[in-house]
Amino acid sequence: MARGNIKFYQFLLNGFPIILLFFFALTGYSLSFQIFKFNISFNLIHLIVFYWVLRKPEMLGYGLIFFAGIINDVVQNLPIGISSINYLLLCVIASFFRTRTLVPNLIYDWVLFFIAILIVSSIHFTVLAIFFDRSISYGALMSTAFFSFLIYPAVAKLFNQIYLLGLKQKNVE
Amino acid sequence: MSTETSRDDFIIAIRSAFLKKGNRQKFSLFTLLIISILVLSLEYFKTGPVNQFRSITKDIIFRGSYVVSSPFKYVKNKYYLFQDHMSMYEEFSVLRDKDLDLDSLRKEVDFYKSENALLKNLIEERDLFSKEYMLTKILLDKQSPYLKSLIINKGQKNGVKLGSAVKDRLYYIGKVVNVNFLSSRVLLANDLNSKIPIIIEPSGINAILSGNGNDDYAELEYLPTDNDIKENEIVYTSGSDGTIPASIPVGKIIIQDNKKYVKFYSNLNQLNYVQVNK
Repeated sequence: MARGNIKFYQFLLNGFPIILLFFFALTGYSLSFQIFKFNISFNLIHLIVFYWVLRKPEMLGYGLIFFAGIINDVVQNLPIGISSINYLLLCVIASFFRTRTLVPNLIYDWVLFFIAILIVSSIHFTVLAIFFDRSISYGALMSTAFFSFLIYPAVAKLFNQIYLLGLKQKNVE
Repeated sequence: MSTETSRDDFIIAIRSAFLKKGNRQKFSLFTLLIISILVLSLEYFKTGPVNQFRSITKDIIFRGSYVVSSPFKYVKNKYYLFQDHMSMYEEFSVLRDKDLDLDSLRKEVDFYKSENALLKNLIEERDLFSKEYMLTKILLDKQSPYLKSLIINKGQKNGVKLGSAVKDRLYYIGKVVNVNFLSSRVLLANDLNSKIPIIIEPSGINAILSGNGNDDYAELEYLPTDNDIKENEIVYTSGSDGTIPASIPVGKIIIQDNKKYVKFYSNLNQLNYVQVNK
């Protein structure tokens, strides 16, 4: 492989969480669909922020997470700043669990993720309802949190593989 | 002793989570949280330089978002084009078999139009709304079950006003809910927060069309209990809210399990250009 190509490949692997985070923030893509009048949607940004801050915090800066939140608010028509608060609170929770955990365990992370998104989503909807007079959609709150929770192990495995690929590339160099 | 140690550990972990910058982090979470709260509190200022700054920021982000999502939009458009191509022969056969005497229909419409204008003159009714529409391009379409909106490429600079009706060809699809300097946001009629006053013809019943997040149909609220609405009756905007012009066709009535819905005339997923009321 040419040197330029290797550099680009390495850039893609190292910048993967940032690229993915800004892609979802800018496009507002939420992988949502309807099955038998039932809405299924995932909060992919929550998955990205929680996994990378919990496992590999050096790959995703807090400042970038803050900016992704601002962009997400503009795209989703939310009060500017609310998503930043959510994502940063998710970072606080992930960072707190990281300092308290000695041996990483996927099942443990999975349960913690559910608790974390329940806390963050509750704060999100409460702030919207109290300060911005928007109604709380309990169905949306619970279904998005639940479906995001369901896919966490698969997404975590995928992210881990991508991280390992990046490490392998570094070792080759 | 052990309780005190675990409490200390807990406090250290909390402090570390909030204040420690960590490897390659330029800001602590605490600083960024304070900045986010300050930014959020600026949402209360709806006028002056804060509003202008917000409007410019939104314009920049929308253009960035347009660039990032353009490959996906291209693929989506190609998919719908392929679908249209596949159903072309079927549509052609249906149209060929229909007896469409367009010329006489047009003449009939012209007659009703002039009669309507004459009657309006008689009762001295004035038109509150402009009949002019401007064509705009869609920069982004945000379609999730909880938000159905479009970002169009015209804003305050081009004379777009808050609350203006938006049409796809002849049909009503939504209204402007946010105006920036160079772009605006349109809330589609199928969004969960969309409520539009409508009139069902020929029964002449007034109701509220309420979006339910579904792409094809919306629900009807405040319908009289003993109504006699039949399938395929046409739903028009009633204009009674004072912001949306009256008589724009929205869709037709469909009945499922004894409940009445409105099926939109426009396919809200396939919009590329829309018209905004000036």
